[in-house]
Amino acid sequence: MTVTQATAPATSPSSPASPAAQRDGRTAQRSLGRRLLARPEVGALIAAVGVYVFFFAAAPAFREASALSTVLYQASVMGIMALPVALLMIGGEFDLSAGVAVTTSALTAAILSFQLSVNVWTGVVVALVVSLAVGAFNGWLLIKTGLPSFLVTLGSFLVLQGANLAVTKIFTSNVASDSISDMDGFDQAKTIFASEFSVGGVNVKITIIYWLVFAAAATWLLLRTKFGNWIFAVGGNKDSARAVGVPVNLTKIALFMGVGAGAWFVGMHLLFSFNTVQSGEGVGNEFLYIIAAVIGGCLLTGGYGSAIGPVIGAFIFGMVSQGIVYANWNPDWFKAFLGVMLLVAALVNLWVRRTATRR
Amino acid sequence: MTTTNGSSPNGTLVKDTAPQDGKPVVELRGAGKSYGNIRALHGVDLSVRPSQVTCVLGDNGAGKSTLIKIISGLHQHTEGEFLVDGEPVRFSTPREALDKGIATVYQDLATVPLMPVWRNFFLGSEMTKGPWPLRRLDIDRMKKTADEELRNMGIVLDDLDQPIGTLSGGQRQCVAIARAVYFGARVLILDEPTAALGVKQSGVVLKYIAAARDRGLGVIFITHNPHHAYMVGDHFSVLRLGTLELSAARSEITLEELTNHMAGGAELAALKHELAQVRGVDVEELPEESDLQVTPAAGGSSASDATR
Repeated sequence: MTVTQATAPATSPSSPASPAAQRDGRTAQRSLGRRLLARPEVGALIAAVGVYVFFFAAAPAFREASALSTVLYQASVMGIMALPVALLMIGGEFDLSAGVAVTTSALTAAILSFQLSVNVWTGVVVALVVSLAVGAFNGWLLIKTGLPSFLVTLGSFLVLQGANLAVTKIFTSNVASDSISDMDGFDQAKTIFASEFSVGGVNVKITIIYWLVFAAAATWLLLRTKFGNWIFAVGGNKDSARAVGVPVNLTKIALFMGVGAGAWFVGMHLLFSFNTVQSGEGVGNEFLYIIAAVIGGCLLTGGYGSAIGPVIGAFIFGMVSQGIVYANWNPDWFKAFLGVMLLVAALVNLWVRRTATRR
Repeated sequence: MTTTNGSSPNGTLVKDTAPQDGKPVVELRGAGKSYGNIRALHGVDLSVRPSQVTCVLGDNGAGKSTLIKIISGLHQHTEGEFLVDGEPVRFSTPREALDKGIATVYQDLATVPLMPVWRNFFLGSEMTKGPWPLRRLDIDRMKKTADEELRNMGIVLDDLDQPIGTLSGGQRQCVAIARAVYFGARVLILDEPTAALGVKQSGVVLKYIAAARDRGLGVIFITHNPHHAYMVGDHFSVLRLGTLELSAARSEITLEELTNHMAGGAELAALKHELAQVRGVDVEELPEESDLQVTPAAGGSSASDATR
């Protein structure tokens, strides 16, 4: 209970009655269990354990360490993007262009390097600039027009999707970029973006490490820095934040640019894994990122969530997509399973939040 | 940002150097604001002095909100003068007003409900430690300071980590007031702080208004409740249809007169006359049953008019 003696509880709907024990005007500590439940990612953690146990029981192949490595790889590629998308969502906005932005970034690096016959690092740097510019443009347009981010980024999604196809066809007369595997700097870039190493006989992709490092950095940013405070504030109540002096516009543009940076990183990983990029790829992935964030307990309306949540969300995604294969089921069922997961996770989150805030 | 750690010096600054000579900190001279061809505010004179509560009263649509928005930096005046410490100013953002020591506690905009109390307390002026790439929030110091400041204002919370949305409306107002006082506000603008509160909670907020005044702040107390205004006010300004209808010191006016002005003086007299007539008609000419039906309704409406 939060009600002091001097203030009557009558006007606060969330505090129905004040027990006699709190008459001294002090508020009670919430119990440890309650406070634990109030963490945004608890619902997702429960779901993740459930899904893991389920596939562990249903698919014998799922129990092997190599399967876990595959699951984690699948989760990491998606999870690296889910992190900035989750931060943006906590900041109260969507980015529907996140999926195709990955392809745009990879195509920029591939086509530029190939057409100009320069070191691939030139392409990598230009791709970073382009990705950040796309993010900044989304944020700038959102602030200038005041339109909802759903609409603004739906527009940029379509623009990027079209441009990906059209520009690729102009340069290659094909829907895929030319292979850059024999160009200067490729091996070096591959080592950084798409290498793998062996742990106890199991191949582990380097993106898993990046994923966890980025998640730790995002958590630190969110909970331990001024900027993190601002992210929660602009998502929770934009007008309040502005009134107390938080640079709302700067925060939002920075969050969109964060998504751009994530798209660049994943784009580089895909490019240096496969040497070439299909220009039509990435459509639909933006929803997977949002799903991972929502399963991870980020509030769709902003102001609430964590960076650990989307990590768990992406892990669930990886388990489901690979678990179905390991269980020898028809992989066509994947999306149906994912839909059920989304609904269950959303309901669990709702229940957890209600339980935690009930007083 | 330049606000890093600048907060605690400011907090002490106020107590030491608050001018006691009674010169106005904020002054409006014939100020007004037009939105296109709509004149929301016109020819308003107002001065706010340290350790004084200036009450601005007015019915809905009288121009109270426009007045605060000008002073707090959300809007700019289009006529007249706006002086801070005798210097003409024109704020383009709330940040500029805050830097001049003018803090506004909005009725519903004061806080971010899902964020913990201590994060709300320091929002926009966070304390940090460490060199740049690793510069991080000084959480322990912030929690400790928030707790101390709240206790100084007489608010005791055990769990500063609870979302501020779980506090009652009065407590949230008080946290917002304590925050403004701590961050070196010299002028505190309170936008109808008691409007959504019950009787007891309103009393708590009024107590903190008095506490802020005693700490040397100039307070602008916006309200449409003359009773609340008269309890703490030193000067009363009544707005009506965008202009100043009354500007009087406490010694020049009684609560009845204030209530009278608030309700629109002549209009209230006419209303009383009408009600008396209705009642007279009921009592004299109608049978007892309908008399019972009408009387409570008439009494109720006159009571709500008086308090509005």
